[in-house]
Amino acid sequence: MAQVAVPETLEAAPARPTTRRGSGTGDAVFAFLCRASAALVLVLLGAIIVELFIGGLPAFRAFGAAFVSSTEWDPVQEIYGAGVPIYGTILTAILALLLAVPVAFGIAFFLTELAPEWMRGPVGTAIELLAAVPSIIFGMWGFFVIVPVMAGTIQPAIIDTIGELPLVGSLFQGPPFGTGLFTAALILAIMVLPFIAATMRDVFLQVPGVYKESAYGLGSTRWEVMRKVVLPYTRVSVVGGIMLGLGRALGETMAVTFVIGNANRITPSLFGPGNTIASIVALEFGESGAGSLKLSALLALGFLLFVISFAVLALSRWLLRSRLKG
Amino acid sequence: MSATTSPMPQSSVPGRAKDRATSEALGRRRARADAIVRVLCTIATILGLFFLASILLTLVIRGAGGISLSVFTNVTRPPGSHGGLLNPIIGSLIQVFLATLVGTPIGMLVGTYLAEYAGESRFGQVVRFVSDVLLSAPSILIGLFVYQILVLPFGGFSGWAGIVALAIIVIPVVVRTTEDMLRLLPNTLREAVIGLGAPKWKMIVLVCWRAAVSGIITGVLLAVARVAGETAPLLFTSLGNLNWSLNLSQPMSSLPITIYSYAGSPYEDWITLAWTGALIITLGVLGLNIAARSVLRARR
Repeated sequence: MAQVAVPETLEAAPARPTTRRGSGTGDAVFAFLCRASAALVLVLLGAIIVELFIGGLPAFRAFGAAFVSSTEWDPVQEIYGAGVPIYGTILTAILALLLAVPVAFGIAFFLTELAPEWMRGPVGTAIELLAAVPSIIFGMWGFFVIVPVMAGTIQPAIIDTIGELPLVGSLFQGPPFGTGLFTAALILAIMVLPFIAATMRDVFLQVPGVYKESAYGLGSTRWEVMRKVVLPYTRVSVVGGIMLGLGRALGETMAVTFVIGNANRITPSLFGPGNTIASIVALEFGESGAGSLKLSALLALGFLLFVISFAVLALSRWLLRSRLKG
Repeated sequence: MSATTSPMPQSSVPGRAKDRATSEALGRRRARADAIVRVLCTIATILGLFFLASILLTLVIRGAGGISLSVFTNVTRPPGSHGGLLNPIIGSLIQVFLATLVGTPIGMLVGTYLAEYAGESRFGQVVRFVSDVLLSAPSILIGLFVYQILVLPFGGFSGWAGIVALAIIVIPVVVRTTEDMLRLLPNTLREAVIGLGAPKWKMIVLVCWRAAVSGIITGVLLAVARVAGETAPLLFTSLGNLNWSLNLSQPMSSLPITIYSYAGSPYEDWITLAWTGALIITLGVLGLNIAARSVLRARR
């Protein structure tokens, strides 16, 4: 900037219109490129929805609205229903959130209020690195490390204790395979944990210090400040962060594929095998030829997954909008 | 507050008069609740760190033993014949590199549009929202989408399809960081450049991008880290290839897909190779993440 020679600006005055015209084209081209790229993003989303719907159309035509509710999945007789994978997707995702949210809250609380200053950076980074571990690694770790532990110790113990209780017991019965819906939910919980924890930490940090200090000044304990000042202030964003985790859990593929057990029936027990939309698509795709009704059913499942996760992610963005603006 | 006129010491507290024992009990209860929650939160953090440590330890214990020169020099071979991971590694590098090459400029332009042109316009808000949704959208659906538009019509799985799928995942990551970084720049900088008579595109390309370069690099590194481990989209696009092939019109091998198929195999040496591959990819991805962070920190 300093190189601009002063006399030149005076002499350049008459020439200005020409440079303006030249730069006008440059500006127009660049603005067009930016706008076109932005439009491409919209086109991309629209194309994904349309292509998945077109791909799933034969299945929707063949089975009608019953496709969504039917629990039958019979490749031999060419009867396909989305009931089991939808059930598995929603059950594992909700269960994962039930397990992950309290722990994520604990981590966020620890990182914002409890941990000594020097610890916050490294621990926060470690939690964020957990979010960066690829899905397939979680799958292998889950299959080779968690599944044996589940089958050997945790599941037998639960089956022998909670499994004996009336009503609740039926959820925790059956043979301890190690794989199944519960293990899938556990792996999902570990995977979404860092996302929820990081979002919660970020929103907790946005509470104005004056509010917290006033509460501390009145003699509140840290837990009381969290429960009565920080949480009410950040309520909406916290729910948004949880929804973001839900959106991730719904579409997670590889990790679930390793541990879900791949069975197309609904079992009352959480320890039973099952399928999610993503896992059935990944597992059965190889056996469905181009143009087959099965492939169409898988694409229709993809379309349903897109609709579900789009709704959840949209809700999450809407809830987090105040945070994103700030 | 200091001098109380009433005979009872607690009467300055509004509400029903409380005797000393009750208020002390209340204080103890509050302190206990606080202590319990603090212990639970500390345990939660330890639990989170434990999971990360357990994953890394498992990878090192099961994968480090398999690391040898032959992993990097031999191509995948049938079980029992000392195969390596050369073609998956090269295939992954090619696909990730080209996907980043395609996705980064588009992502940068979108991010630039959102930060420099869109303002609060409706179109800009919709693009920002859609980009954020794509950022968290299930990657398997991106794979299915590319299968529909590139694999089915053009008669087969190909490296190009894998590249397109990964590029679609790269775009929203770069959009997010580019926009965030450009928004951090002070407006006085823009005004200074415009005041010198520079056209807006020169202001953006030569000044704003340059000022935000470390942030944009961070975004690109994060995007590379993200797609390097992606498995699901490649299942439907580049499929994997057990033979040596650099032809992008043919199915192409990749590290995540090879790990996936080897880990599920019954052969001991394939499973060991899968762990070795998993260790390589995790170290790469976490390394990129740490590099991205230090790039950003160096700027501040």
